Amino acid sequence: MNVEFEQKVFPNKRQSAEELAEVALHIRRDIIKSLVLAQSGHSGGPLGSSDIFATMYFGGYMRYKPEDMTWEGRDRFVLSAGHMCPVLYATLANAGCFPKAELATLRKYNTRLQGHPGRDMGLPGIETSSGSLGQGISIAVGMAMSDKLLDKNDRRVFSLTGDGELQEGSVWEAAMAASHFKLDNFCWIIDNNDCQIDGRIKEVLDVYPIDEKCRSFGFDTIVVDGHNFTELMSAFDRFLENQKNNTGKPTAIIAKTYMGHGVSFMNDNYKWHGVPPSVEQAEKALAELV
Amino acid sequence: MQELTLHGSKPTRHGFGEGLVVLGERHDNVVVLGGDITGSVMTSLFKDKFPDRFFSIGIAEQNATTIAAGLALSGKIPFFASYGAFCALRNADQLRISVCYNEANVKIGGGHAGISVGPDGATHQVLEEVAFLRTLPHMTMLVPCDYNEAKKATIAMGEMVGPAYIRFGRSPVPLFTNDNTPFEIGKAQVFREGNDIALIANGALVWESMLAADELAKKGIKARVINCPSVKPFDVETVVNAARECGAIVTAEEHQVHGALGGAVAEVTAKNAPVPIEFVGVRDSFGGSGEPEELMVKFGLTWKEIYASALVAIERRDKGSSGIRRVKDVAQYAE
Ligand SMILES: Cc1ncc(C[n+]2csc(CCOP(=O)(O)OP(=O)(O)O)c2C)c(N)n1
Repeated sequence: MNVEFEQKVFPNKRQSAEELAEVALHIRRDIIKSLVLAQSGHSGGPLGSSDIFATMYFGGYMRYKPEDMTWEGRDRFVLSAGHMCPVLYATLANAGCFPKAELATLRKYNTRLQGHPGRDMGLPGIETSSGSLGQGISIAVGMAMSDKLLDKNDRRVFSLTGDGELQEGSVWEAAMAASHFKLDNFCWIIDNNDCQIDGRIKEVLDVYPIDEKCRSFGFDTIVVDGHNFTELMSAFDRFLENQKNNTGKPTAIIAKTYMGHGVSFMNDNYKWHGVPPSVEQAEKALAELV
Repeated sequence: MQELTLHGSKPTRHGFGEGLVVLGERHDNVVVLGGDITGSVMTSLFKDKFPDRFFSIGIAEQNATTIAAGLALSGKIPFFASYGAFCALRNADQLRISVCYNEANVKIGGGHAGISVGPDGATHQVLEEVAFLRTLPHMTMLVPCDYNEAKKATIAMGEMVGPAYIRFGRSPVPLFTNDNTPFEIGKAQVFREGNDIALIANGALVWESMLAADELAKKGIKARVINCPSVKPFDVETVVNAARECGAIVTAEEHQVHGALGGAVAEVTAKNAPVPIEFVGVRDSFGGSGEPEELMVKFGLTWKEIYASALVAIERRDKGSSGIRRVKDVAQYAE
């Protein structure tokens, strides 16, 4: 398949739902392109969470400089669900952190776009290695502690986990610590697509009710439609307010999403968790993503 | 001496999955715990056949390991399988205390072993667990070389009493043992006779050692190939005999060079029959994304390194230098 990556990059600022939808569309197209070239990797989670990433990185909520992702004052994002990295790579490329053409190297030998994020490869915007579920969120809590309790600055830390990932006990250890240390500079996003590898969350091991759990762990908990930009923006707005007002409460955004969203034949189907599209499927998907 | 011929290739994980089904048929108290990757570690075969004896625990390896200990202390024979990174190392403390210190009859199947996992990259390519597991008191640690041996090893570990771990891989590997090839926990087998150099390997590197032996034969060097699936308990006798009779050893494994099969061979020979040893394995680095075959070449895990290491070990032996100074570097022999 002859794949070309468009050169377009997007700004990070307060923008309309329509503008964010345009960014998300580009992220989804780039996910499909990189996965069809890799011929391995995860389609479902990345496509389903593209709207979250578009809002978080392009809605003015994270402060960063695409040309210098090591800038000291930047806000940090930790992808706890490391397998979802195709969406993070596509997001960073659309922000202009590295050339889009590099998306073609996903999962190839010596690539900076490792199958699961590898900090050793030095891709701009990758704060930590991840891929062993349930660890990234704790790293994020450690970063937020450093910012708020030690350096006493106003940097923000974001971390996204899957919903299957919530089965790891360490996630809840991190949650406990986040509220114990009053980390209102910490925002936890849960990609609640109700799917994991072996099936629906309830069949594999029930983690519901997620909202009540987060609340009882001391989070300001917001449940949103993860494909509705207005709802996503108001949730991130509330996180910013929590930090500004020194509420002492970390924020949890539970985003109800569909795995594989945006591609009709992948939508809400857990079988798409860990497989890439074939050439034919990629062509079909790209024809839908316009 | 074994009759060994190549019959295509098959992943060792298939042997594990099918071995579990055999155990399920033979023993009512065999139960299996799933960690959300049951298809890829092949416990789905057992789940389909014996749904009442299969429990999905979710993505919670520490909990699954300790639940397994509870089941074992209640007379069951629980198998828990995941990727080795998560069911040997994420749950290391649980294995040490709840399983081994309790001598609980827990069986662990660790998949995605080694660099040949491929594009998933370093996080999933476990290269350290053999070294850890062989230091745990009471643990049995098995690294089968092909599909057939994986199946036999799975059945054997289910039918012995005590904690046991089997390591298997994702990608197809050469299938060359057969129903008559002996397998016994605690025993190594001589797959090829020779007295000039001993090649001691396990996992996918056993076949690579056979290829290296073919190449060495062209130079008139007769290599003894020893398959060593049982890293613990360890077949001291076979290894020490090889040291005495060959006078030089190469170990080869899809693992860090530190502390695993190579470490075991070094320990027993240092004590009983010190000889030059060269170690083929991953040299203190993490893996990375790529195609399995490509990575095996890049990380130096093919017959070529075994061949070159054999020449170095022989030269060290013949020059009477048993490791104080390297006579020539391996790289000079490699193509
Ligand atoms: C500690 C650990 N155990 C198991 C795995 C294998 N694994 C990768 S993704 C995944 C399922 C994750 O489910 P979820 O968080 O819901 O993500 P989604 O399926 O929505 O992408 C599993 C079990 C892993 N990466 N890490």
